[in-house]
Amino acid sequence: MATHAGGLTADHPAATVRIRSLVRSFGDRNVLDGLDLDLGAGEFVALLGRSGSGKSTLLRALAGLDHDVTGTGELGAPDPVAVVFQDARLLPWKRVLDNVVLGLDGPDPVARGRAALAEVGLAGREKTWPVELSGGEQQRVSLARSLVREPGLLLADEPFGALDALTRIRMHVLLRRLCARHRPAVLLVTHDVDEAIVLADRVVVLAKGRIGADIPVDLPAPRAHGSAAYATLRERLLEELGVDPTAQEESAV
Amino acid sequence: MSTGAAEEITLTKAGSATDGGPDTGPAGAAGPAAASPPARDSRTVRRLGPRRRLGLGRPVPYGWALGPLLLLALWAAGSATGLIDARNLSAPWTVVTTAGDLIADGRLQSNLATSAQRAALGLLFGVLAGLFLALVSGLSRIAEGVIDGPVQIKRAIPSLALIPLLILWFGIGESMKVITIALGVFVPVYIHTHNGLRTIDNRYVELAETVGLSRTAFLRHVVLPGALPGFLLGMRFAVTGAWLALVVVEQVNATSGIGYMMELARTYGQTDIIIVGLVVYGLLGLLSDALVRLVERRTLSWRRTLAG
Repeated sequence: MATHAGGLTADHPAATVRIRSLVRSFGDRNVLDGLDLDLGAGEFVALLGRSGSGKSTLLRALAGLDHDVTGTGELGAPDPVAVVFQDARLLPWKRVLDNVVLGLDGPDPVARGRAALAEVGLAGREKTWPVELSGGEQQRVSLARSLVREPGLLLADEPFGALDALTRIRMHVLLRRLCARHRPAVLLVTHDVDEAIVLADRVVVLAKGRIGADIPVDLPAPRAHGSAAYATLRERLLEELGVDPTAQEESAV
Repeated sequence: MSTGAAEEITLTKAGSATDGGPDTGPAGAAGPAAASPPARDSRTVRRLGPRRRLGLGRPVPYGWALGPLLLLALWAAGSATGLIDARNLSAPWTVVTTAGDLIADGRLQSNLATSAQRAALGLLFGVLAGLFLALVSGLSRIAEGVIDGPVQIKRAIPSLALIPLLILWFGIGESMKVITIALGVFVPVYIHTHNGLRTIDNRYVELAETVGLSRTAFLRHVVLPGALPGFLLGMRFAVTGAWLALVVVEQVNATSGIGYMMELARTYGQTDIIIVGLVVYGLLGLLSDALVRLVERRTLSWRRTLAG
């Protein structure tokens, strides 16, 4: 049965997320097979992996969304956990502000919702319908909806995958700034090696149902594509993902 | 032929030149000397123009009225020339004066009031039942198993076929009529609301889970607004269905109502009164459908932006 317990762990006091021996199966196949992973409070971790490697399965397990999935293991996550999906997933029949404060408890949710919208640069758009927003703006609203809850853990499932390259760069900057202010632990699922390097404190690579590589990113900000350290790290990650970087460059030309 | 072409060219040239400068002379002043080079220009311009349109053009203003007006014209012409026997179909003007008479002596209003009351009551009970059953069976697998089968069976039986049984159970009074209408109304409301509920995107259900909505909040913020388009579609079928069922119950056995008025007219061969009844039924159907569509536009304004 999928377990989803809250609270911190005793043996790793700095860890806010603690995963031990996590198994998740679909049919006979163990997509996650004894996975261990810790996330420190406020730590930004990018999760890389080939398609079908179980990235989304892990994320859904942490989000508590794996209702009909069989599995075992220990799962400790802070409360609340917020999720940013690949699609902005705004309720089309609710205006922007109502989407942000959906299910929000506590004092004066409307004022907090307005503040969150202002933080993502959408002040004055409170009464807009979601269909009237661009893709990037919708994802900003989705970020506001997550951060207004002051989550201990922010899960993001390829949140910028559907955006164009320029919008994605803007969103990277915005996400860095917001995370620096709110300090949630972040688990960002992505297939984009550059996105992982630019954003994360640590990159983990999922392979064969476990964490195959766990690599800290010690690059000074701003993380420019041109630097040698960047290129080395990128090459290493691509290798972990089973891609030959030189071959890729040839095909890119 | 050749002079015609030259004229056309000159005009095209003059038309474009006037845009350029006000000091250009009148079209004739350009003369045949200028005609030769611009000929190629105008031909090029024409080739760059829009392609032949294959799709539908812009809507014709009041286009919807064309067919009904044509029918009315044929009817009037047939009656005036005597091609249509007044015993089969009264002339339009006879129908209008008859309607005036019926309104003047109050028969139309009182019958209409009775009919409207029956339809409204049947609609009310039918919609409430359909909505309630759809919500219950849409939100619980067990309730779906209990409710959905019988409703599908009911759907296969026309409400009107139940009239003999309903007369045995409830007599020939008002309750039988209201129940017959309600039975016809609840099916489309149930079917479309249930369908609307079940087609709510599962992604929104996941979202509701991640933001920690309670069961009630989920119902209020996700389920009901998500099922609203389906419910309103069901309502459009329901209002039309209510009037349809009304026609039948009022012609089977009634002592008042539009249907009774028409049935009585049949026994005396008064086609003008029958036509008045038909027109009233048609208008009621159109009006109630327009009303539901108005509500649709108001409540689904978040979708209007999508439709443009």
